[in-house]
Amino acid sequence: MARRKKKQVSIDKLKVSDKKKRINRSLGGDIAIFVFLILLGLFMIFPIYYSFVQSFKPVEELFVFPPKLYVLNPTTKNFSDMFTVAASLWVPLSRYIFNSVFITVVICICNLFVCCCAGFALAKCRFPGNVFFNKLIVTALLFASNATWIMQFMVYSKLHIIDTYWVLILPSIATPLGLFLMRQSMSTIHDSMIEAAKVDGAGLFRICWQIVVPNSKPALMTLIIFAFQGAWNMQGGALIYSEELKTLPTVVQQISAVGLARQGVTYASAVLLLIPPLVVFLIAQSNVMETMANSGIKD
Amino acid sequence: MANANTNVDPNTPINKQGKWKYTWHMVKVNKGCYGLLAPFMILFIVFTVIPVVMSLPIGFTNFNMIQTPKLVGFSNFYTLFLNDEVFLIAVRNTLIFAIFTGPFSYVLSFIIAWLINEMHPFLKTLFTFVFYAPSMTTSVYITWQLILSGDSYGYLNAVMMDIGLFTSPKQFLTDTNYILPVVIIVQLWISMGAGFLAIRAGFQNIDKSMYEAGAIEGIKNRWQELFTITIPSMGPQLLFAAVMQISSSFTVGVVGQSLVGLPSTDYAAHTIMNHATDYGTIRYEMGYASAICFVLFVAMLLANKAVNWLLGKYLD
Repeated sequence: MARRKKKQVSIDKLKVSDKKKRINRSLGGDIAIFVFLILLGLFMIFPIYYSFVQSFKPVEELFVFPPKLYVLNPTTKNFSDMFTVAASLWVPLSRYIFNSVFITVVICICNLFVCCCAGFALAKCRFPGNVFFNKLIVTALLFASNATWIMQFMVYSKLHIIDTYWVLILPSIATPLGLFLMRQSMSTIHDSMIEAAKVDGAGLFRICWQIVVPNSKPALMTLIIFAFQGAWNMQGGALIYSEELKTLPTVVQQISAVGLARQGVTYASAVLLLIPPLVVFLIAQSNVMETMANSGIKD
Repeated sequence: MANANTNVDPNTPINKQGKWKYTWHMVKVNKGCYGLLAPFMILFIVFTVIPVVMSLPIGFTNFNMIQTPKLVGFSNFYTLFLNDEVFLIAVRNTLIFAIFTGPFSYVLSFIIAWLINEMHPFLKTLFTFVFYAPSMTTSVYITWQLILSGDSYGYLNAVMMDIGLFTSPKQFLTDTNYILPVVIIVQLWISMGAGFLAIRAGFQNIDKSMYEAGAIEGIKNRWQELFTITIPSMGPQLLFAAVMQISSSFTVGVVGQSLVGLPSTDYAAHTIMNHATDYGTIRYEMGYASAICFVLFVAMLLANKAVNWLLGKYLD
């Protein structure tokens, strides 16, 4: 399987490099599109770029007017200042970072496990209720949002999980989006492979984890990205009131609430929050595109 | 041939023994599948289905989290539609937001995805990253605050006054004339999410030979190609993106909350979500908040039905 994939990729590349003239494309149009995308892209990326620049500026440059879009003397002082500011809080900054990392890792692992199992069952097993569950998931894509937040709060309080790690972890595990993408990706795997495994005497669980999951790596990476983004940016809000259980975004918000006067530290903390999702996405981008290609809803 | 199922008569084929018996037999045979589905479904039911279903009965009560809910009939819904002026403002704002972050942003992400697809492979990767990056960031609001701020820190005001377009600084974040457009722009900025990625990927999925065949058949330029080949073969992705867009456009509110505060000046950027958060987490009137949420769910379902119908009509 792996070998066949590699071969396909090389053929694709060959095609691109071989085809000097592209059909139905004018050079003028290409240039116009490029310029348009560059302009729009600058608008999209500017706030992010500017946060990076600001976080490395020394105090003398932060408040210069007109603002400079580059740094003359980059410094990491803002980042060390951030730790100093956070040291005056009740709980050291490292604890918040640990909380965020811990919650993110647990959510990613559990989300993957749960979605792989359920996705396999929905994509490859025929059982009473299959159609119903499939419809339910497509509808649930709509409700995978914060509109349920208030009712969820009541459920949490009944379960007595408010102000524990559980309240952040449990609700983010079973995501309809994750299950949906997993199901779509798994349903492209050929039945013959599963049949073969069945003949060889593998149970359902083993088929799922030794045949189907290893063959849907792109979907795995995609799920990790979405789970990671959600978990990493999660704020405890009203659900967590013990200071030592709060996550990094909460602290960043507290720090930036000081206002624009302490810009260096604010931007340093924002950048700290920003980098991990960007890096994960950059690494996994090609996998994401492959999974999303299967994401279509068919009735 | 020791069959443990005593209900099943081994002499007749199982699918001839009545619908219920057959179903029950299939349930037993496939119990492994339910086992695989169980962990997801339990969590999903507890944290998504129950909250959604519960919002209707709680919506008929007066509930403050401490005392037991008191049944008040339709009064929450009466108040909502007939007496609550802020709710009507919220509905209006949500609809305005929904138009911009729904259809407008949907078409925009389609166009951008299409234009990106016309580029060289390296540029494709780069631009996809650039356009998707904002939706990954929740912490960059401060940059927008810095740009739009009304005091001496605000860049936009300073630039505009230097050029001579403004004579005095505009309070973008607190002046009711500007709040709504400002929040819409920032909302659009982060709206290229999962739907955008799905559309982007959908382009990559299309068989290249279709374009070659199209060129032989006499397609002259990219526009014809787009409308005759590309869009018709991307139906499923477009539908997925639409669903994602609906759910995000009806629940806007978080961006406004962090940018212009809750409640915003004169409720200028107050959405239904904000209204529910206001009643749910600040005033603790859970019954009323549930009623608001339920109205929102119904609106989302209707919008979904409408989009399915529209796209279904167009695509097949």
